[in-house]
Amino acid sequence: MSKDNNPEFLLNLLERMIEIREFEEGVRFLFLEGAMPGTIHQCQGQEATAVGVCSALGKEDYITSTFRGHGHALAKGLSMQEMLDELFGATTGCCKGKGGSMHIGNIDKGMVPGVAIVGGGIPLAAGMALSLKLNKNPGVIACFFGDGAVAEGAFHEAVNMASLWNLPVIFVCENNLYGASTRIDLVMKNTTISERAASYGFGGETVDGNNVLAVHEATKQALTRCRSGQGPYLLELLTYRRVGHSRRDPGHYQPKSERQDWFSRDPINYFASRLIADGLIDAQGVKELKDTVIARFEAAVKQAKRAPMPTLADLETDVFAAKEPA
Amino acid sequence: MKRQSIAEALRDGIVEEMQRDPRVFCIGEDIGVPGGWGGAFTVTLGLHEKFPDRTINTPIAELGFFGIAVGAAIMGSRPIADVQYGDFLFLASDQIINNAAKLRYMSGGQLSVPLVMRAPVGATGRGSQHAQNMERFFTCVPGLKVVAPSNAYDAKGLLKAAVRDDNPVMIFEHKLLYGSKGARAEPGAVDATSDIPEYDFTVPLDKAAVIREGGDVTLIAWLLMAHFSHAAAVDLARSSIAAEVVDVRSLSPLDWNTLLASARKTGRVVIVEEGPKSGGVGAEIAAGLSERLPGLAIARVASPDIPVPFSPTLEHAYRPDAARITDAVRRLLAH
Repeated sequence: MSKDNNPEFLLNLLERMIEIREFEEGVRFLFLEGAMPGTIHQCQGQEATAVGVCSALGKEDYITSTFRGHGHALAKGLSMQEMLDELFGATTGCCKGKGGSMHIGNIDKGMVPGVAIVGGGIPLAAGMALSLKLNKNPGVIACFFGDGAVAEGAFHEAVNMASLWNLPVIFVCENNLYGASTRIDLVMKNTTISERAASYGFGGETVDGNNVLAVHEATKQALTRCRSGQGPYLLELLTYRRVGHSRRDPGHYQPKSERQDWFSRDPINYFASRLIADGLIDAQGVKELKDTVIARFEAAVKQAKRAPMPTLADLETDVFAAKEPA
Repeated sequence: MKRQSIAEALRDGIVEEMQRDPRVFCIGEDIGVPGGWGGAFTVTLGLHEKFPDRTINTPIAELGFFGIAVGAAIMGSRPIADVQYGDFLFLASDQIINNAAKLRYMSGGQLSVPLVMRAPVGATGRGSQHAQNMERFFTCVPGLKVVAPSNAYDAKGLLKAAVRDDNPVMIFEHKLLYGSKGARAEPGAVDATSDIPEYDFTVPLDKAAVIREGGDVTLIAWLLMAHFSHAAAVDLARSSIAAEVVDVRSLSPLDWNTLLASARKTGRVVIVEEGPKSGGVGAEIAAGLSERLPGLAIARVASPDIPVPFSPTLEHAYRPDAARITDAVRRLLAH
């Protein structure tokens, strides 16, 4: 039995997606009740992109993310605790409370803290891949960005150089149809983003981003190409965000029929139904999985609320690295 | 010991650092083309023959390749990225200001960005967009170190210190000081050669240098203006006015100890800057000195608040010179 038909592997994919959904729903509640500072950009509905990509990556691989990075972080192995502590601004957070929601990350777990300038992480990912290549390191960079970033110069400059130099980077475009409130067809004439790759001389494809196994499989193939020195790949993952752009956005610009259409293809329901049909789990099992995740989340929230806050002694630290001895 | 121009000293410095540390690489436009220029001012001439894999010649895409340099730096490489003209840093500034300067802080110290950036500045007969003194736009960014060498010794020493530093360092170089030769020579160039020792040396990234001592007035300047200030001091000495000249060298952080020691000694300071008077590095130096030494007599010599003009007569009027510095000193002393 290959890994991809392994029940443990499949159930783990489901659990990771449920973990992201429940984390986001719980965090949304904490924001709305005013318990959490700052702002949030959430990814409910996009769980299969994060989990599908990251489940294909190895420990030697890295991801870059954006301001909408909670799902990527959980999928890459960050703990709910280090993330919640960060969201509360505590020193025990993954960025010591200095990053917050938009800069979630843990480099030891292979995730660069999120770059919240649209497109800003794309050249960064190409540069990380260049460093791996110069050092003959086998790792690959998976670079997450949204459809909005494709209009940025940073995208075009970075993919051109990545292609030119055959850099080991997978450009993962989560096309959720909206850049903030603006629909994709208002900002680009060719809305098939994967076709951009051909004009820069490399490969790309459009994949159902709500199908976690399809995303996983496409990522595996892209990884094989990258690891064998064939250069970058552009994965366009079609998906949909079930929530507003940021915390108080009701998303009125998403037509009701469109929402209903996408909600009927929800990545978690879709995959759970498949596993139920295959007899790997039943409806009660899915509910138990969800309850377990929620219990873990609630315990982590309880701890995060008691986590130590920075003091003024932390204000001016971490600006510069100590000088390397000559 | 050998006499070298800034272009030659930087070239040797880069080669030595690349030999010393395999993590160092160069990335930029026109830096690695056989039969090409070695960058806009010959600094990287011949580099691609010595290090073909570590001399990365880029498309004309400053935002992209500065971002690539930042990404490589967080993975442990030590890139040296350069632009042909400092003015192009505006294109790269998202990656420099939002990523290079902030990734360490916003990651809570997880990342370091050992990146060297090199940029030629100064008005040199090229009109408004290949001419600006870019220092002011980067000295105000926390997380960046900014240096500006006025001679070949400092250029080599600061470059080596920057490569060995774990933080992003911007090096501003003046086109009239390179001593570039052949087709890349600059009309109106000023001699900035130094005796360069054979041994390995660095120059600290946070120290100003007193390049001429005097007790009557302090001239504070950097890059080309350090040369013109020195010329003004020589001129003033003929009138028995002893001007001390401080070459700021480190624009961020500023070396307040050295600046203040000289200001305390003379009680009068003239700050000289190529670039618009408003909002310049000179303004920050003036403000910092007044806060620390209330009552200090301060004057500024700088360019008018206009884009850099082309016509030689106008460009000459734009750029401060020794005569204007001398005048400013005499006016300050007359008060």
